[in-house]
Amino acid sequence: MSVKTELGRRYRFAASHRLHTEQLSEEENARVFGKCANPYGHGHNYVLEISVSGDVDPATGMIANLADLDGFVEREVLEAFDHHSLNEDVAAFRDVVPTTENLCIEIYGRLKSFPKAKLERVRVQETTNNSFEYDGDHKGTAS
Amino acid sequence: MFGKCNNPHGHGHNYTLEVTVAGEPDPVTGMVLDLKELKEILEREVMQRMDHRFLNYEVAELKGQIPTCENIARVIWELLDPKIKHGKLHRVRLYESADLFADCYRNGAAC
Repeated sequence: MSVKTELGRRYRFAASHRLHTEQLSEEENARVFGKCANPYGHGHNYVLEISVSGDVDPATGMIANLADLDGFVEREVLEAFDHHSLNEDVAAFRDVVPTTENLCIEIYGRLKSFPKAKLERVRVQETTNNSFEYDGDHKGTAS
Repeated sequence: MFGKCNNPHGHGHNYTLEVTVAGEPDPVTGMVLDLKELKEILEREVMQRMDHRFLNYEVAELKGQIPTCENIARVIWELLDPKIKHGKLHRVRLYESADLFADCYRNGAAC
């Protein structure tokens, strides 16, 4: 097959975070993270976009059944993140700053074991003006 | 397997097609390809075949296939790829809804 096909799916979740690290002084935190370091955090309506690839089943015309994908993302990501504090409620962010770069990496790690197709990349839009992608190669991209 | 998408008389979508062509900009025009040319190809190859058509019955290229977003995107890729002479087709992205889309790339090309 000369064409590679991917399925893309978008999900939404709302979560709060605070960008702050114990490794920096309060002044440095304020300088680096600005108002994102305010003590009680703030929220975003995140948009999560994931792409998976695989052979299109000749019988169903699908790479993966959407119900399977949706259920997996719901269980692995949305239940844990939606309407939660990323800093307080997600163990991975106890000592890691929950920037959207790190959020992409965490989500990729949670979804890469999807059994029905290959996870190609995770893209998270934090606002309409910024988004981040991770495809598992240890260097994310921002736009 | 298909849920309400299997209802007997079908259903419609307002599809959105995004086509990306890659290449060196022409040193004179600054263009990878002339948008007018691309628009004519899209009109002829895709719109006339598929717009306001019943995909299961009226599109010969989809005969014998379930018109999932993946299959329609691939058919569109196969229709467009040989017609694009300036630049090379890089990606076909077909949105079935704001939350569901399929991408096609040339196999072996970096995404």
